[in-house]
Amino acid sequence: MKKRSRSTEVILSTDSINVVYQESLIALQNVSLDIPAAKLTAILGPSGCGKTTLLKVIAGLIKPTSGSVKVRGKEIEGPGPDRALVFQDFALLPWATVLQNVGFGLRARGVPKKERDETSLHYIKEVGLLGFEDKYPHQLSGGMRQRTGLARALTINSDILLMDEPFSAVDEQMRRKLQEDLLNLLKVENKTVIFVTHSIEEAVYLADQVIILSGRPGSVAEIVYPKIDRTGEIDLIRRQPGYIDLVDEIWSSLKKYVE
Amino acid sequence: MQKSPFWSLIFWAGVWEFVGQMQWMTLLPPLSGIWFAFAELFQQSAFWDAFIMTARTFGIGLSLSIVVGIPIGILMGISSRADKILSVWVNLFLSAPITAVIPALMPILGIADATVIATVILFSIWVVIIDTQAGVTHVKDSLVEMGKIFGCSRSKIIFWIVIPSAMPEIITGIRLSVVRAVKGVIVGQIVIALIGFGGLFSTYLSYFLMERFWALIIVVFIMSFTIIGLVEMLERRIAFYAKSR
Repeated sequence: MKKRSRSTEVILSTDSINVVYQESLIALQNVSLDIPAAKLTAILGPSGCGKTTLLKVIAGLIKPTSGSVKVRGKEIEGPGPDRALVFQDFALLPWATVLQNVGFGLRARGVPKKERDETSLHYIKEVGLLGFEDKYPHQLSGGMRQRTGLARALTINSDILLMDEPFSAVDEQMRRKLQEDLLNLLKVENKTVIFVTHSIEEAVYLADQVIILSGRPGSVAEIVYPKIDRTGEIDLIRRQPGYIDLVDEIWSSLKKYVE
Repeated sequence: MQKSPFWSLIFWAGVWEFVGQMQWMTLLPPLSGIWFAFAELFQQSAFWDAFIMTARTFGIGLSLSIVVGIPIGILMGISSRADKILSVWVNLFLSAPITAVIPALMPILGIADATVIATVILFSIWVVIIDTQAGVTHVKDSLVEMGKIFGCSRSKIIFWIVIPSAMPEIITGIRLSVVRAVKGVIVGQIVIALIGFGGLFSTYLSYFLMERFWALIIVVFIMSFTIIGLVEMLERRIAFYAKSR
């Protein structure tokens, strides 16, 4: 009945990651995780718990003080084409159009312009931005900017999509719309998604696996597997029995870390 | 016309004319007399020689400031070692009275173009360096991380992300350096007092050719304002960068 079952291949794993800043400030402590392929994993925790640090370690932007990240069993040495990142602040080039921003990753790889534009347009259409390809970021709403960031991440066709609080910089209604669109998009694109969020509802709504980090120093407090059926109508997800219960359950276990 | 300085200019021109006609000061001829001096000035080959020499030294000095200043600023922005070595000097010269250095340049570089060019550079390069560095250090971290995520090499990150991001500050630096270069080219010639407009000024003063002296001052002012106005216009065209960040 459920398409997203728990027993699948592990695509990415972290092995006892520690991140220590300035010899005393421990950001992450002994974080070991298995990320299942083609699933949505949410990293949830109070602010300052090292969620974003963990995601950046996985992305290869931060070198852990000790421990390792493996993709399909192979240790990473930095950012790689198997992982794309969607940024919290969108990280769009203000002097470049939507088309140029979306094509940035391909340009960096030396893909010729014609092919680059074709691929970019395909994903611009997929995220619902067709007609805006010649606009500049400052001419777009927050939601549209994040769609641009998402399209850029999709162009390089990596198996793993990392998202750092992707919907936190947009308003509530836009957030819901983007969440729905993400679920719809993932029905077409076969991706492993790891996203950081501080919203319990967002984690339960989107994720197959919710990793709860404790407060400083960040370590894995609990892993929850929401048994939410997302195969049917997207509008019905929040009405499912167990949805609210799970939100409450996560809140009660998270509460003690929130000061 | 609401905020135009036009009426203010007319008023003060009137005051000048009145004071000049009264002949209270021998150094200040009436403004109407200066009008005729313009025609005389433009007929003199000495004026055009000075004009060409000024344009040449200004152009060479400013170009060198920009071409050398921007890479130094970028280097100081991306390398903390370069910053440590150079920032003391840049900040020292940024606020130092450069005019005092010109007499020391003369015996080294000679009483010719080279000294004026050096003066222009000393006036204008520091602000280019400082502003470029500020632009480079304020590039958003997430943009640099974005470059890394998509596999950009260090040079691609610098040329595709860091330099375009720093463009508004670089343009501001160039505008300020043009203003300073205008001052530098005139101050340099005046201190040397034997070449270019500086030579003309001291000649006119020593022969009491006050109409020509004032006409030349007005010409120099108009030239400065024209150049600065052009640069500001250019900056406004690129201003969309800044507001969109």
